[in-house]
Amino acid sequence: MNFFHRHRGLTPYLLLAPGVAWLAVFFLVPLGFLAYQSLQSGNIDFGYAFTWSWGNYWHAIRDYRPQFVRSLEYAGIATVFALVISYPVAYWIAFRGGRWKNLLLLFIVAPFFVTYLIRTLAWETILSDNGFVVHTLQHLHVLGPGGRLLATSTAVVTGITYNFLPFMALPLYVSLEQIDGSLIEAAEDLYASKLQAFLRVTLPLSLPGVVAGTLLTFIPAAGDFINAQLLGSPENHMIGNVIQSKFLELTDYPAAASMSFILMAGILVAVAVYARIVGTEQLTGTAV
Amino acid sequence: MTSIAVPRPRGRTALARTLAFGRHHILTFYSFLFFAYLMLPIAIVIAFSFNHPTGNFNYVWQGFTWDNWRYWDGVPGIRSAIVLSLEIALLASLVATALGTMIALALVRYGFRGRGTTNILIFLPLSTPEIVLGASLLTLFLNLNVIFGFWTILIAHVMFCISFAVVTVKARLVGFDRHLEEAAMDLGANEWRTFQKVTLPLTAPAILAALLLCFAISIDDFVVTYFNSGSKVTFPLFVWGAARVGAPPQVNVIGTAIFIVAVTAMLFNVLYQRRREVRA
Repeated sequence: MNFFHRHRGLTPYLLLAPGVAWLAVFFLVPLGFLAYQSLQSGNIDFGYAFTWSWGNYWHAIRDYRPQFVRSLEYAGIATVFALVISYPVAYWIAFRGGRWKNLLLLFIVAPFFVTYLIRTLAWETILSDNGFVVHTLQHLHVLGPGGRLLATSTAVVTGITYNFLPFMALPLYVSLEQIDGSLIEAAEDLYASKLQAFLRVTLPLSLPGVVAGTLLTFIPAAGDFINAQLLGSPENHMIGNVIQSKFLELTDYPAAASMSFILMAGILVAVAVYARIVGTEQLTGTAV
Repeated sequence: MTSIAVPRPRGRTALARTLAFGRHHILTFYSFLFFAYLMLPIAIVIAFSFNHPTGNFNYVWQGFTWDNWRYWDGVPGIRSAIVLSLEIALLASLVATALGTMIALALVRYGFRGRGTTNILIFLPLSTPEIVLGASLLTLFLNLNVIFGFWTILIAHVMFCISFAVVTVKARLVGFDRHLEEAAMDLGANEWRTFQKVTLPLTAPAILAALLLCFAISIDDFVVTYFNSGSKVTFPLFVWGAARVGAPPQVNVIGTAIFIVAVTAMLFNVLYQRRREVRA
């Protein structure tokens, strides 16, 4: 007991040190370098110099506004789709899953053990011009005779919705599963209809899951470039595509770095607006 | 729940019952549709691993063959890419889970100054888009003239896995009965021995879950790796490169194989837990 008590104060710090150091050096410090890089000017041949070049930010917004807007738009639409599609299933598993709950959850997660890129390539096959989806839609006159899905915004949003679905479904399930069934019964005992009980009890209690799922889907989706690259055309490119090509193909590091920060700022603003709508309490509640 | 059951004061009409029945089944029906939607691309991946494509593009069904499975490494570069992915995933999940478990223990067990800050530091990488994680690490390595390759990939993977490991282990540690450890100490065990004999065995399932999660995330990662790999090629990078000229069906074979292994592992886990619950 003596040993334990004497070192109690130090133990947590010793436990934290290696992991926190790793995150500090390879996550926080790099963000600092990214900020530093974003204010540099010059070019790859003569080298970049730090010149407080705020112009990088202006030029990025001026030249790539459509891509920024598109990123937030596609990510937003995909997030709403994911929420609407997966809420009923999360509800079904939580309240009617019984002893099959874990197995059903496994079904939700399983497809995501096929590599992200391969999954997206499969969507390329599904949405391709001679695939059955396009044929069916042409037959139903939803699409014109020469109409296509691939290389359109529909394809990109379809891909994003699918690829980030478990990030939405799992938090939804967790919050629905925690709801005490007797609360819903109480509402019904007090003469609430099923619908009223759902709207007044179940839905508000599942809001933390909705918030967590929305954030976990929206944030990665806004930075995604794989779906736009594989399923879209250059007209559907998102800011991730631009950042990626500026960094790795054009080696225009300052421009790419400033765009990364604008993307983060855009996400923060979107999240802040969202927080105003649903209430900050919900937001911080899910953060821990 | 232990609440007293109050008899419902109202009788349900036949209409209400029919409606409830109908709604119940609509939801079930919808859920099956949902699962079909989830599985559709996977079915395509598996089916096309048996395709016999004539040209470069494995998009149109041409005919059935076992050849892609028999010659799974028949495409130059695919074998070394898989080996690299496995090495990175194994090492990264081990390191990240070790570091993450320690952080989780500190966060759940101890009240200390800086706890809130640590929580935020853990949460931040999870809420940063992958492209920013990859890009910032790239600028760090570029500015320090680090040579890109195995080590930069490993560093990156450990970095984005730590938070997932912390969250996973923390979730199980919260419901952990501290009295068991106190009992061990009362019986004369010192802190290390208590950890070894009580804490570790009880948190083992959580640690295993964190390991598997980190492994799965690492082996699937494309974006961060793409920024920090130099000339090294992991399996997702191989797929990316191949997709530009037409991905060979071997890519589907490997995708299917990873899928089967992962699902089997998880199925065992689910069944094992079910059996434990039944016994308990």
